[in-house]
Amino acid sequence: MGIDSLLYSTHVGWMDSSAGPETDVAISSRVRLARNLDAVPFPHLLNEQTGKKVIDLVKQACSQSEYEPLRSLQGVTFDQLSELDRQILMEKHLISPQHAHFNDSYRGLLVNEDGSRSIMINEEDHLRIQGLLPGFDLEKCNDAVQMLDDELEKVLTYAFDGYRGYLTACPTNVGTGMRASVMLHLPGMAMTAQTNRIFHNIGQLGMTVRGLYGEGTEILGNFYQLSNQVTLGLSEEEICHNLTLVTRQIIEQERRVRDSLQKGMAYQLQDRIGRAYGLLSHAGIISSNEALTLLSDLRLGVDLGLITHIQATAINELIVAIRPAHLQKRAGQEMDAFQRDIKRAEVIKDILFRK
Amino acid sequence: MQCDECKQKPATVHLTEMYNGQKSEMHLCPSCAAKKGALMFDPNQFNIPNLLGGFLGGNQALQGAGLANPTTQATCQNCGVRFMDIRNTGKLGCPNCYQAFEDELESALKRIHGNSQHTGKIPLRSGEKTRIKRQVEDLKEQLQSAILAEDYEKAAEIRDALKEIEKKLD
Ligand SMILES: [Zn+2]
Ligand SMILES: [Zn+2]
Repeated sequence: MGIDSLLYSTHVGWMDSSAGPETDVAISSRVRLARNLDAVPFPHLLNEQTGKKVIDLVKQACSQSEYEPLRSLQGVTFDQLSELDRQILMEKHLISPQHAHFNDSYRGLLVNEDGSRSIMINEEDHLRIQGLLPGFDLEKCNDAVQMLDDELEKVLTYAFDGYRGYLTACPTNVGTGMRASVMLHLPGMAMTAQTNRIFHNIGQLGMTVRGLYGEGTEILGNFYQLSNQVTLGLSEEEICHNLTLVTRQIIEQERRVRDSLQKGMAYQLQDRIGRAYGLLSHAGIISSNEALTLLSDLRLGVDLGLITHIQATAINELIVAIRPAHLQKRAGQEMDAFQRDIKRAEVIKDILFRK
Repeated sequence: MQCDECKQKPATVHLTEMYNGQKSEMHLCPSCAAKKGALMFDPNQFNIPNLLGGFLGGNQALQGAGLANPTTQATCQNCGVRFMDIRNTGKLGCPNCYQAFEDELESALKRIHGNSQHTGKIPLRSGEKTRIKRQVEDLKEQLQSAILAEDYEKAAEIRDALKEIEKKLD
């Protein structure tokens, strides 16, 4: 019951490539709203008692709501979860790496069955309302979080100021409190050394690029998370619109590059993808970095139609299933790096060739 | 330096563009750069102009911006956090801190976002006042342009509407 399926299954909603638009390049889209309760200290200053009040207020607002998507959210507090389980939620992008460190009873998560809607409680802000969907669908993510936000606000009194907007613990989020992001897979542009040039300059558009797991994480497997940096002075629609324009152009460019690679370097491309496939299906020990690099090549093969018997969704699932916490959860025991490399090779075969 | 585009906000983004051997410079605030940049982004060439200046960072930007020079020993009455603490952690103590340190935050916010005023969503239930204020501002702008256009009939109409709305504010 509750969030168990999110802990035990390797699959969550955003991985389902058949359910979203532009999934040949865009893995997933996400919109997150930071909200705080009026006059209550921000989470980093909360003690157990006041923190509990915050979580109770939010839970009550959800359970008593007439809005089904809000009422049906399942809650868990971090004192009820092992560190491994919190890591599992983090690897699935349902909580942030920072949030996963805490085991407090006043911090937690409210989440729906497929992980497409969730609320982190007492992370950096009292609430972080998240919409997370497969493919390139910022608008739908935004609609989902705005609806949840409106419903919550019927009951909760937010810290809002007419001049500064929604007030947040960190001034980098104040105003709309909105962070919109798209996870992109750009093997073509990476192969032709175009990504650095683009992303080096993305800051001037009020945007930023990160790795798979957000701030401070490495770019691995050619997965890039593009998100807005400016939250104040633009409307929610403008933020989504700007990010959508830039993303659309990157997607178009990636497709063009793939196309020209396929025309001009067909043999090299086929060789590279074939080698990735061979290693992934026969390796017995494999590191996380190597696996992600090869999965990126394999994914390109699937998207180009060079590999037809493997689903893109299975590869999305593997991006998460080969992470340390998921491997250990699957094995039912703690494992050192070497043991994980062995388990990883096994899991890759399991999921790729699952009937 | 002011933004070349909106002529209001400070320019923190500086672009140089080479065009037929001619160099042209543009100085923009981040929000105008965001609007413009999305269009300048030519997918065929990816000739994004070189970035010479300001990049919007996270806490570093905050620490490097206005917050680097704490002018006061001020403390937030609600949570007890001092301005020094905010500078060190990059985090405010509570929502009231925004009021308590309004002046100190102003320049930091401009530096981070290129703006210091919210133009987005207003909460449905508790945002009634803000919504009215924004309507008033809009009408005042319309009034100005009606007067400039010497459309006195329209100006009179807007004035009436303004009076109606301002009643609600009291
Ligand atoms: Zn401007
Ligand atoms: Zn305070």
